[in-house]
Amino acid sequence: MTIEFKDVIIQTICRLLTPPIQLYALYVIAHGHYSPGGGFQGGCILGASFILMVIAYDIGEVKRRMAEKMNTIFCSLGVIIYSGIGAICLILGANYLDYGILHKILPVNPVRARALGTLGIEIGVGIAVMAVMISIFLNIASGGEHEGALE
Amino acid sequence: MRFFALIVVLITGTLLLYATVDMPDWGDPYSPANTHVSPRYIEKTIEETATPNIVTSVLADYRGYDTLGETTVIFTAGVVCILLLRRFK
Amino acid sequence: MGTIEFIISKYNYWIYVLLMMIGFYAMIAKRNLVKKIVGMNIFQTAIILFFVSTGSKKGASIPIIQNGHGDVVSHAVNAAQYVNPLPHVLMLTAIVVMVSTFGVALALIIMIYRKYGTLEEDEIFEMSEILRLRK
Repeated sequence: MTIEFKDVIIQTICRLLTPPIQLYALYVIAHGHYSPGGGFQGGCILGASFILMVIAYDIGEVKRRMAEKMNTIFCSLGVIIYSGIGAICLILGANYLDYGILHKILPVNPVRARALGTLGIEIGVGIAVMAVMISIFLNIASGGEHEGALE
Repeated sequence: MRFFALIVVLITGTLLLYATVDMPDWGDPYSPANTHVSPRYIEKTIEETATPNIVTSVLADYRGYDTLGETTVIFTAGVVCILLLRRFK
Repeated sequence: MGTIEFIISKYNYWIYVLLMMIGFYAMIAKRNLVKKIVGMNIFQTAIILFFVSTGSKKGASIPIIQNGHGDVVSHAVNAAQYVNPLPHVLMLTAIVVMVSTFGVALALIIMIYRKYGTLEEDEIFEMSEILRLRK
């Protein structure tokens, strides 16, 4: 039994609130070096913004903004970014995930290169966590049908 | 059945409560967990990784393998959810 | 050491043991599968709290180096000044693994409900016997 749920106030507030939430999530990911935060937390906030859209509208609205194929690609893209940065370190002649060697291709000293490598893998982790959160929520909430409002 | 479960839980809880007598005090700066590996991370994080947030530097740099495996775990969880539940028409 | 000091220095562990007992009881005594999963989450929460509390130091600050925006820090870093970051890191990964476990368990529970039409353990056993005999 699916109840059609439409409320102008809730939908407008959620639509207005979603961009600041996503901006804050990007801030949490990018500023994770200097304040509490990082890939996991920022990815969770990004996923929560999409879940808010599902609750206020329906699943079709979110699937129009973030297609299922895109979401599945993002799932694996995060892991690929993470292991790819590790493999770049391997190709440049250091150990796997040893970011200090990245100063050969980045215009910074080795210590700063470590910070930049950390930032890169935080971005990968954030993408992966966001996509997995959305995928788990959509699949469990709709029982795999991926359509209609929540019951 | 419930009674048996309660007995098991109470025995486990009593053993653990008995073991807490030997645990270090709460907030003790000289407990073994606080004096062995972590001071190295705290003192060297700026000069080795230029990252003031020690949690980030340990998570992504010193223990990168751990986080790689953990990202793989959540990726696997997402894929398993799609494989188990998704029904295409 | 007096009794009061003993209680103050150890009571956090007792709270976590009690929380763990609640989760453990729900895991082994409840018949409903969703209640079992929630019990497992309570159990994991108790362990996460235990690990985080082992890393605390009295009078210490959060594990972010003060005035550390740069390659070199201008002052000497004293390890007793910041709480132990290692349990935080390990529990950060454990929390995300907990969420993944919860999601996969819920997906499996939905599959079980689709096949047997119930989530009670004994009814699932009866249903599986009926399904086996019908073959």
